[in-house]
Amino acid sequence: MIRIDSVTKRYPDGTVAVDRLSLEVPDRAITVLVGPSGCGKTTTLRMINRMVEPTEGGILLDGTDIRQQPVNTLRRSMGYVIQNAGLFQHRTILDNIATVPRLLGTPKKQARARAAELMERVGLDAALARRYPYQLSGGQQQRVGVARALAADPPVLLMDEPFSAVDPVVRKGLQDELLRIQDELGKTIVFVTHDIDEAIKLGTMVAVLRTGGRLAQFAPPAELLSAPADAFVEDFLGADRGIRRLSFFPSAELELETEPIVAADADAETIAARSAAPYLLVTDADGRPLGWSEPDRLTAGAVDTGQLLDHGRPFVPGTDSLRTALDGAVLSPTGRAVAVDGEGRAVGVVSQQVIGDAIRAAHSRAAGAADAAGAADAEAVR
Amino acid sequence: MNVLNFAHAFFSDSAHWHGYDGIPTRLTEHITYSLEALLYAALIGLPIGLVTGHYGRGGNALALLATAGRALPSFGLLVLMFIWIGFGLLPVMIPLVVLAVPPILVTTYEAIRSVDPSPVDAARGMGMPEARVLFQVEVPVALPLILSGLRTAAIQIVSTATIAAYVSLGGLGRYIIDGLYQKNYEKVVGGATLVAALALVTLLVFWALSRITVSPGVRRGG
Repeated sequence: MIRIDSVTKRYPDGTVAVDRLSLEVPDRAITVLVGPSGCGKTTTLRMINRMVEPTEGGILLDGTDIRQQPVNTLRRSMGYVIQNAGLFQHRTILDNIATVPRLLGTPKKQARARAAELMERVGLDAALARRYPYQLSGGQQQRVGVARALAADPPVLLMDEPFSAVDPVVRKGLQDELLRIQDELGKTIVFVTHDIDEAIKLGTMVAVLRTGGRLAQFAPPAELLSAPADAFVEDFLGADRGIRRLSFFPSAELELETEPIVAADADAETIAARSAAPYLLVTDADGRPLGWSEPDRLTAGAVDTGQLLDHGRPFVPGTDSLRTALDGAVLSPTGRAVAVDGEGRAVGVVSQQVIGDAIRAAHSRAAGAADAAGAADAEAVR
Repeated sequence: MNVLNFAHAFFSDSAHWHGYDGIPTRLTEHITYSLEALLYAALIGLPIGLVTGHYGRGGNALALLATAGRALPSFGLLVLMFIWIGFGLLPVMIPLVVLAVPPILVTTYEAIRSVDPSPVDAARGMGMPEARVLFQVEVPVALPLILSGLRTAAIQIVSTATIAAYVSLGGLGRYIIDGLYQKNYEKVVGGATLVAALALVTLLVFWALSRITVSPGVRRGG
């Protein structure tokens, strides 16, 4: 575990970048440092690998002061990923990734074999191995940056705004990839970003820092959204944090209606039997949703798919959150979200009212859990 | 008679192709002086440029030194050194080296300074020792510029090394100075042509050198 113990960084001109910051970074989890510019998040990260030395306080790695070992030994035991990747433009992709193993004395051939392995792990085509950085896109370069940091298999990974220079679509891909890699490798990751959405998406724990380098709140993302510590954190989280919090509630328990689903080639009898619902969801022969229609507008046997109302974006119960389900219902002109299975076949529909009930139930459950935890803490204090 | 006729007359005279005043001898002398001066200038300019560039300090002092070096007239310096030191190669080497150090020093400093800081930060962050940061991260990327500084210096040396002849040494300057004294314009033009050709060959050598030493990842576009 990394323990940041009352660390202060004061520059000779009197600027205080980090002010008595204490933080316990949990093992094998992603801890995100987030805050506005000038909040000292990057300085804090750089103190962990001693790129910046604290003025006061210290940092412990597994109980030992990080200053106990030679600085380059410390740094080689921590992967380091920076904005814009910082690749060596004169070296091939493979040799870029092999840098730290080479520093550690691994023979060239072995280091390159390891690098090739890592290219696969971060989702890079093996054909890129002999290319140079300028021949790669920004997103690919950043993947190389991650692979390079992982090459010596360090237990700790420090990431300084690694995805902030790429476009939103590529960024989302990189974030998902990081979460996937983390599932496989279980590194202790410290991740700096100014993007609160990125922090909430990636963080197991999120530390919100305020200008002047002081800790505003350190909590799991769901807690951050439900109970911001003060006005600053609330403001920093931005609008619709209630909606965003729904990302942490599963959609598995939503009660789905299967009645209002009809196949495109349904006969008049079937349509009549289901016409109690205000809208019916029409599916194709494989059961994939095509669109909504009022029951009396449906012609038996041959539905005119051009007349159907858009069904919005479907959600997958169990995989997607209540947020996705609600989003689907809000986008749908009928106020109903379509639930599909992994293959995209409609398995049910759910109305905004039902989702609303599920949200209230989830909130009261979360509040109950928080109360229980609070009571347990109180018990422990006694 | 025009310049081309002079040149033709000079190069077609077989007497100019052998003996102690023949073209091969003078050319070899000229190249030897030039290489020696370039070597000394590089030995002074490169390390100082690399170190100051790496630590980003001393830029102002360097600029001052470079301006001073460039302002010194090579010929004046040669005469001064000759009076002071006397006969020998040393009074020739000093003005040549003074001439060549500034472009090497300043370009090397600038080349290292202008390396993108993020790979350097990444290299340090992953535990690369400072010397390796300089030689394995900064120098390979700065190499095209560093070579261009060396090239400028080399060409200046090749053209200026003619002054060696003023203090009774050899080199291609012999033809120019002797020719002027003897009012033998064939010789003057022939010598000048050889110096110009040698400067072009120098350009070619540096072009080849950069093709060989600069990584294709750095060379793009340049």
